[in-house]
Amino acid sequence: MAVTADAIGAYRSDFDSFLLAVDSGEPEWLQETRKGAIRRFEAIGFPTLKMEDWKRTDVRPITRIPFKVDPSQDPPRIPGDLIEAYTFGVLKCSQLVFVNGHFAPKLSYLRWLPDGVRVRSLGELLQRRPRDLEPHLGRIARVDKSAFTCLNTAFMQDGAFVHIPKGRVVEEPIHLLFVSSSRPEPTVSYPRNLVLMEAESQATIIESYVGLDKGVYLTNAVTEIRVGDGAVLDHYKMQRESEAAFHVSETAIHQDRSSNVASNSMSLGGGLVRNDIDTRFQGEGSGLDLNGLYFLHGQQHCDNHTFIDHATPNCSSRELFKGILDGRSRGIFYGKILVRQDAQKTNARQTNKNLLLSKEAFADSTPGLEILADDVKATHGSTVGQLDENAVFYLRSRGIPEETARAMLTYAFAAELINQVKVASMRIKLDQLVLSNLPSGEILQEVL
Amino acid sequence: MLEIKNLHASVGGKEILKGIDLKVNAGEVHALMGPNGSGKTTLAYVLAGRVNYEVTEGEVLYDGKDLLAMKPEDRAREGVFMAFQYPVEIPGVGNAYFLKAGLNAIRKHRGLPELDAMEFLSLIQSKMNLLGLDESYMKRGLNEGFSGGEKKRNEIFQMAVLEPRLAILDETDSGLDIDALRVVANGINSMRSKDRAMLVVTHYQRLLQYVVPDFVHVLSGGRIAKSGGKELAEELERTGYAAFEEPATSAAPVGP
Repeated sequence: MAVTADAIGAYRSDFDSFLLAVDSGEPEWLQETRKGAIRRFEAIGFPTLKMEDWKRTDVRPITRIPFKVDPSQDPPRIPGDLIEAYTFGVLKCSQLVFVNGHFAPKLSYLRWLPDGVRVRSLGELLQRRPRDLEPHLGRIARVDKSAFTCLNTAFMQDGAFVHIPKGRVVEEPIHLLFVSSSRPEPTVSYPRNLVLMEAESQATIIESYVGLDKGVYLTNAVTEIRVGDGAVLDHYKMQRESEAAFHVSETAIHQDRSSNVASNSMSLGGGLVRNDIDTRFQGEGSGLDLNGLYFLHGQQHCDNHTFIDHATPNCSSRELFKGILDGRSRGIFYGKILVRQDAQKTNARQTNKNLLLSKEAFADSTPGLEILADDVKATHGSTVGQLDENAVFYLRSRGIPEETARAMLTYAFAAELINQVKVASMRIKLDQLVLSNLPSGEILQEVL
Repeated sequence: MLEIKNLHASVGGKEILKGIDLKVNAGEVHALMGPNGSGKTTLAYVLAGRVNYEVTEGEVLYDGKDLLAMKPEDRAREGVFMAFQYPVEIPGVGNAYFLKAGLNAIRKHRGLPELDAMEFLSLIQSKMNLLGLDESYMKRGLNEGFSGGEKKRNEIFQMAVLEPRLAILDETDSGLDIDALRVVANGINSMRSKDRAMLVVTHYQRLLQYVVPDFVHVLSGGRIAKSGGKELAEELERTGYAAFEEPATSAAPVGP
């Protein structure tokens, strides 16, 4: 307890110095937003295991480490070829790169974008045209939701700002790459992204969070996305942090009328990971495909919380999260779908499946529906199991070695989600990552 | 080729096979018949090497080698094939991908070069036609959403591609309508050769009208109660298994 109180005090004093440093140029609303967030943080403190939403994830390892923001004005120089492994090969895309939370213009490039489309550093915009952000920043994510979202809002400095005007179609993906590189002291970064899609626009957005080395650091990311009437968004979040790293993220998506969103969360890295995904239908006739894959080994801990808010009628959501848990890893899924009283003709399906590859691995699955409307189709289900021994035997009986058979079946379990990835080069990359995580996956790579 | 001597086997501590003796030579087709729970499927599984089927006594020699000491994949590479009564559905593993992996594992073991995708496709083409499988089949997940008949055709198709020396067909006729039965039987017959032996496990005589066996054995209570020629199957069709039924206490059905 004392540790936590100390930690809160440390963040507060860091905030006071931070505020002095940024004070000069910031408009009052932004300062007030920051101050409100830090006050809220002080009031609620870090989550504890006694809280329903956090009962499986102990954040004390995070609070015990005195993380500091990387103060460097110029981000560390990272050679381009070092981050190549985290891009998507020959993918034709626009790419913004951030190193330890700071925009790295030299590693970033924009391809041709339709008229009026803006893809740029949020930090720059905060300095130059904060007025553009005022109506949106902090209005989609629930700033008061948890200590981590509060801290992100209090300390946010940079991230991506994407604005797609009405009717514009961005055909090539926009890749937002957040790179962490070790510094002598444990570093925290607060990526903050804002994506605004106006009516009838279309875009593909990929967020990647990666660690360049085995360092201890904390990524505390918040992404806010507004999807306008009839807009179509393909969204991916690929988390490949260092296995000594902590990753806490909040993704908030608001969908207006007749919009369509497919959001895929892939969690492969990180030592202690917590992903919150909150979506809200606020117009009729929209659709959401919410997919997640977490593949863990060793001591990794990954906690996925999703909340789908059906606030309006005639919307449909399909949610599929799958966990593959090896070693002594822990995978948690906690999903909630709320169908509000007005949300008639809602169609909601929620599924969580877990595959345990070792006896020491642990899966916890809590799907949930809260239905206040009466004309609704909603289902949910979850499974935790091991590889089907009948299937293993079937493959072996055709000459396939046992290890390969197990790798094939594990891969097949993940394939359902890998195949949801529409960006081909990313799908290939994900394929390779899943295979390289499999015991004897290299054998499979030969056969594929 | 295959010599089963005094084979006893248990599943979950319950003895199912109580002393099987059987000799199968290359080129022969043996039908193994018997009432439900007599141990037919258990025998097939023991020969294919399924775990949880514990051999408590006896031995099985395959080309003079101890078959029971081999892993299931090694048996397959040595030429043993089992057509399953209930083939498993595995979404996410493509039929072509799976079969190529199996075939190449077997070819490697036999010192043959592994086939690439093109060579594999040309090899399977005629065999797909034989079993009436179309192009789309190869792209689908392994047995995924297949009807009962499609699954059985797929089993025989796999046999045709893998070219085993000893094929064990477990209730391959169950769940087939007459047309599918003819296709499957045709596939099986096309595989008969002087180098290949077949053990056809079946409850009914139906399949044996098309795949005419050289020998018929009746299994009852975990033992071979009677052996004869193809006329024994016809006799059973008339008389049923009543004469071979055991008191209910000693025979219990075993799931797949």
